[in-house]
Amino acid sequence: MNRIALGAIALVLTAGLAGAAPEAPPAAPPGEASAAGLTAVDTPNDEGRSITVTWARSPRDIGDAAVFKGYQILRADHADGPFAEVGFVIGGKTEFRDNVAEGAAHWYRVRAVAGSDSSETGTAGPVRASAQWFDAGRSNVLIVTVLLAFLMIWYIERAKKGEELFIRKIHGLDAIDEAVGRSTELGKPVLFSFGLGEIKDIVTVAALSILRQVAVRCAQHGTELLVPNWDPLVMAAAQETIQQAYSEPGRPDLYKEGNVSFLTSDQFGYAAGVDGMMIRQKPGAVFFMGYFYAEALLMSETGHSVGAIQIAGTTAVTQLPFFIASCDYTLIGEEMLAASCYLKRDPQLLGSIKGEDFVKAILIVGFAALAVVGTAGALLAGAGRPWLSGVFQAIIQWFVTA
Amino acid sequence: MTQIIGTWIAAGLTLAIFSFLYKDNPFYKVAEHLYVGVSAAYAVLYAWANDVYPMLVEPMFLGRGAVTTADRWILLVPLLFGLMMLARWVPRIAWLSRWSIALTVGIAAGLGITGQIQGILLPQVAGTLVPLTSANNVLMVAGVIATLVYFYFSIAQKGAVKVGSRLGMVFIMVAFGASFGYTVMARISLLIGRLQFLVFDWLHVVK
Repeated sequence: MNRIALGAIALVLTAGLAGAAPEAPPAAPPGEASAAGLTAVDTPNDEGRSITVTWARSPRDIGDAAVFKGYQILRADHADGPFAEVGFVIGGKTEFRDNVAEGAAHWYRVRAVAGSDSSETGTAGPVRASAQWFDAGRSNVLIVTVLLAFLMIWYIERAKKGEELFIRKIHGLDAIDEAVGRSTELGKPVLFSFGLGEIKDIVTVAALSILRQVAVRCAQHGTELLVPNWDPLVMAAAQETIQQAYSEPGRPDLYKEGNVSFLTSDQFGYAAGVDGMMIRQKPGAVFFMGYFYAEALLMSETGHSVGAIQIAGTTAVTQLPFFIASCDYTLIGEEMLAASCYLKRDPQLLGSIKGEDFVKAILIVGFAALAVVGTAGALLAGAGRPWLSGVFQAIIQWFVTA
Repeated sequence: MTQIIGTWIAAGLTLAIFSFLYKDNPFYKVAEHLYVGVSAAYAVLYAWANDVYPMLVEPMFLGRGAVTTADRWILLVPLLFGLMMLARWVPRIAWLSRWSIALTVGIAAGLGITGQIQGILLPQVAGTLVPLTSANNVLMVAGVIATLVYFYFSIAQKGAVKVGSRLGMVFIMVAFGASFGYTVMARISLLIGRLQFLVFDWLHVVK
């Protein structure tokens, strides 16, 4: 019985895997070799650390694991072996990516395993892994990046030349003055939290711009500003920002480095610490600007309970509903990034907002137009003319990233 | 015995944290300061044991791991920037730390541009390109366009733009409402987990 099974596998491999040629011809181009159904090629668009092996599916590989176990991938450093197993894939799969060192020559075979029987293909090789400078599969990312960069630089240059770029009023920003003023009247401090944002997050950089505005107002009014931090690098950047901001209205003497402190890098430890500060120091205004996770509601609810005016801003979509429910004003997502531009009035920032808006305009028009194309394509396809639907699918595929 | 002591400490600290629901009190203060202090110390040790020691000290000073002379020269760069961060302790040279911060922000911004385009922008655009052959698709395309209009900052919100912006806000709030309800359910399950600890593991009321 086993002989019959072995014979069947051998027949299958002869027909589907091994083919007629037991070994790849020596003249095979570097980086690619094949032996009938078996191919081994340098994985395209990678850093030169892998070889992709593919083979034709065995007819005995019909999805029943009890009958057909899978394929062993064998590798050798010489054409005549010895071949050692470097991987195993279950039935149904016909591709394996082998991680190897760059530049070394390798030969491959694939062994089909059905029960206790097995049979090997011929040899494919030599093949060498090599790095590519460009990932052709991500050319769409390159095109969009270049387009975005061009638009940003274009508008930044126009802003630098003195062109007046309009940015609409952002609700909630006016409340900054109101909140700091109220704290001053009540003789209470102002508390500013970056949440769990790191210095590398763009939203934290935007929050630093808003902190600067808050700090200037605090310095003008002589109001104490408390900034408990979760990230040591953000703390350092906040200290620099506040120190400079306090110098603007000529009150560097009011700056207290101890007020910009590190609490802990633990999420709920940080929330507990900020809650404790709010309960004991009872700030008149609380700013939540940055990136937040589950601690958002814990902190904003405590701020609400002590009667503080609360202004929040984050790009964390899952936490925005909680801020909207518990804070007086909330800057939603990109509003927060635009707010920093609105406050600083820096040509570079204004230009970047204008550039972004141009992209949004392209997207709005594009979505509307392509929705019409897609709908027309679907209707035509229903009438037996699928060409427009094909064009629509090709457009969608262009946006799919590798 | 150790497990029993641990359970009692955990239960006591849980109740101390819960006591904050009533008002600030000495029990909460003890739990809070313990939590903040322990977690801060843990973070320092974690950074040393998982980052600084295995990635810098071992390969550079102890010669462990597969490191070449070139690798050691490269490791001088993070060492230098790390030391520049510590310059904040010396007021006269505290400005050196700005270089480290600037490098971190610069690298993150550079990597972030392609990361956002590849990971977020292009997949979302591809997901939004749908034929208007169902109510779901119509709602999705209309919602995306209206939301984009809301986040359009460089024109005044008047006339048609104002209408589109308002519609965008409606879509945003509906999405937030759904997210709110979903997250509240998740938080309730966290509370249930903590109460289960008190009832099952501590009090053994239910077995």
